[in-house]
Amino acid sequence: MSAVVDEQGHHADDHHDHGPEKGLLRWITTTNHKDIGTLYLLFALLMFFVGGAMAMVIRAELFEPGLQFVDPAFFNSMTTMHALVMVFGAVMPAFVGLANWQIPLMIGAADMALPRMNNMSFWMLVAGVLLLASTLFMEGGAPNGGWTLYPPLVLQPITVGKALPFAIFSVHLLGISSIMGAINIIATIFNMRAPAMKMMDMPLFVWTWLITAFLLIAVMPVFAGAVTMLLTDKFFHTSFFNAAGGGDPVLYEHIFWFFGHPEVYIMILPTFGVASTIIPVFARKPLFGYASMVWATGSIAFLSFIVWAHHMFTVGMPLAGELYFMYATMIIAVPTGVKVFNWTATMWEGAMTFETPMLFSIAFVVLFTMGGFTGLMMSIAPSDFQYHDTYFIVAHFHYTLVPASIFMLMAAGYFWLPKWTGHMYNEKIGQLHFWLSAISVNILFFPQHFLGLAGMPRRIPDYAVQFADWNMISSIGGFIFGASQLLFLYIVIDTIRGGTGEKVSDEVWEDAGKHGLEWTLPSPVPYHTWSEPPLIVPTEHVLDSH
Amino acid sequence: MSTNTAYYIPHKATWPVIGTAGLMTMLAGFANYLNGSSIGPTIMIIGLVIFVIMLVGWFTLQANESESGMYNHEVGISYRHGMMWFIFSEIVFFAVFFGTLWYTRNLSVPWLGEGATKELLWPSFETTWPTNGPGKVGGDFEPMSAWGLPFLNTLILLTSGVTCTWAHHGLLAKNRDQLIKGLIATVALGFLFVTFQAIEYHDAYTEMGLTLGSGVYGSTFFMLTGFHGFHVCVGAIILSVVVFRSSKGHFKPENHFAFEAAAWYWHFVDVVWLGLFVFVYLI
Ligand code: HEM
Ligand SMILES: [Cu+2]
Repeated sequence: MSAVVDEQGHHADDHHDHGPEKGLLRWITTTNHKDIGTLYLLFALLMFFVGGAMAMVIRAELFEPGLQFVDPAFFNSMTTMHALVMVFGAVMPAFVGLANWQIPLMIGAADMALPRMNNMSFWMLVAGVLLLASTLFMEGGAPNGGWTLYPPLVLQPITVGKALPFAIFSVHLLGISSIMGAINIIATIFNMRAPAMKMMDMPLFVWTWLITAFLLIAVMPVFAGAVTMLLTDKFFHTSFFNAAGGGDPVLYEHIFWFFGHPEVYIMILPTFGVASTIIPVFARKPLFGYASMVWATGSIAFLSFIVWAHHMFTVGMPLAGELYFMYATMIIAVPTGVKVFNWTATMWEGAMTFETPMLFSIAFVVLFTMGGFTGLMMSIAPSDFQYHDTYFIVAHFHYTLVPASIFMLMAAGYFWLPKWTGHMYNEKIGQLHFWLSAISVNILFFPQHFLGLAGMPRRIPDYAVQFADWNMISSIGGFIFGASQLLFLYIVIDTIRGGTGEKVSDEVWEDAGKHGLEWTLPSPVPYHTWSEPPLIVPTEHVLDSH
Repeated sequence: MSTNTAYYIPHKATWPVIGTAGLMTMLAGFANYLNGSSIGPTIMIIGLVIFVIMLVGWFTLQANESESGMYNHEVGISYRHGMMWFIFSEIVFFAVFFGTLWYTRNLSVPWLGEGATKELLWPSFETTWPTNGPGKVGGDFEPMSAWGLPFLNTLILLTSGVTCTWAHHGLLAKNRDQLIKGLIATVALGFLFVTFQAIEYHDAYTEMGLTLGSGVYGSTFFMLTGFHGFHVCVGAIILSVVVFRSSKGHFKPENHFAFEAAAWYWHFVDVVWLGLFVFVYLI
């Protein structure tokens, strides 16, 4: 590819100052990858607080045994909606937002390959979330059968009221949005990359997103199919999940987790990509084991398709199934371990400094490893009979999602906001945000391991008094964590509006220009970039692969 | 520098948000209808109208841009990536229902007819296929045979694949007559297929007692063939648009993405049918 033309067919260089549209219409009709990235990120931030508010309701109710504030059905709506909003409204869109901003900058592309579809995938996301959110105000309330939407529970009138079809169509819209986003990312990476950049020169963030995009296209239709069958079972007399008609509710679980396990990797692979981008910059060393990182990402993605039934050890599978899924799951620890060792080795003997993005990254490496280890514990089928459906599971996946995915999203914010806005964030408040988050996230989730091992089930509004102490501690951690995130909101707004007032350099971070193309552009990044692709690409991040 | 060496990036787009609003309205209306609200169908139709307007508007825009030479080779490659992975996602969607059929026939139905499930729950149930399960959900029915309309439909779709390729050869050889004739034949065969399927469904419902509610056989049968039939309709409509554009002189041997996309889609629908014929009807 070469230069870029606008509507009239003029060469873009003829009027370089072609800026954004004025007013609200700019945001509705935009096809610019930076605008769309901003929309995605701000929407995700909003959803992070919506989902967070639901989590606060959950922790408030669990602060003490007994029923305090909400009735049990509403409590269950909160756990269900918290998960759906966080997964589909916050984490996934936030990473798509990062992809929109960063991939074209990092590979020297003028924009995403299919700009109109890019606009549509954002609005489909909003539409999907609107349908989902509308159920909160419906007769019978929001869905409350758990985010996995298992039949037969979710098909019973008492569990769904009027919400079910809205939730199902919301999943369809969110699926369409994700698939369009993923297709765009694949087309962009293959077709818009600067000719100077070979595949094995690509920054890891780009690699991890490429692989994630394939995962998305391969599993979102699976989820869509599963909920479509729920819809027909409920409203059109089919018997897919009804044993009397020859169907099987367990089939739903298989289909759901065939989607669900890759889905958790959809949320973690871009996380890995951000970590692999940030750590080398602050360790002032090339990433250790670039090629092995690429291969590890690929193998994790492949393995994620063949381990799904580790979510179903207690459902009554044949012994051969239990054994197979147990060993297959354990194998994932190998490529995951490769990554953790590579990040550690990158830091080894590096000239490290500890700005906020780096602090979050280090916490990520340590705390994600915790989540990986509990995952390994649960992969042992006989042990999982004890852990399954307890708070141990809740602790496991929150360690892999909050101090991993969410932390690296925050880290990405601190890392790239100065580049995008041209303003520096307030480092003191950033560090305060980090320490409050890192400490409170452990107060919040670590005790949940104990609760789970002692047998406290998940998804209940009340519990035996023996669980009271750790629940109270966990809730306190939760409130501190929730409140600390307001600091992040403040920092984001403050940075956009001028931050510390200090003008940031093009590199922003010392020697960052060696690590990625985006740092060779001016700060703030102009509205249009790379109308001519760069001729030379930095290779610091891949030094050892050559 | 001439425009055809440059990658076209539109500066704003109004159709995507209109289309999204249409789709969302349609689904919200449908959900209301399912919940028993009388206003549901009206909302649904409003949404559908908006969606169709979007389709017409957006595709007209793309066709005009394409014909005025705004898309260079690279833009074409992006579109091909887009279409290819879109079809891939559709294949996965069908795979879910094929997987369901496999699981039901080979695992869940046999499990119902053996061991404790049989002894304690349904002692009289013998594993068979087709079945509407131990509860005889939906009442007695007659399964659909492969030899009859379904076999005829197989021949029809296979022929339409040939006419589609023949049209493509016409396009490449700058033989517009062959292009248009081939396409019209393809579209006609497509609609003939759908007509036969409608007759098949009519027979099933009125004479054979076979409905969507006929246990898991009826569910998988109608879900698989129904979604496929819907895709045939969509494919035939896309091809009709291509016929229309061909008759207006669009497409060149070296630049005819819309034709290619429609043809890929058509072949995909074709291949899915072969899978259906084997796994749903034949074995
Ligand atoms: C080292 C890799 C990992 C292993 C071996 C592993 C293993 C497992 C197992 C066996 C379960 C099922 C436990 C049960 O329900 O009894 C589980 C649940 C879960 N895992 Fe992981 N996991 C790993 C990494 C991750 C990552 C990276 C994420 C997300 C980013 C994640 C998210 C989840 C979630 C959300 C659930 C619970 C789903 C639910 O039941 O609602 N896991 N994991
Ligand atoms: Cu899993």
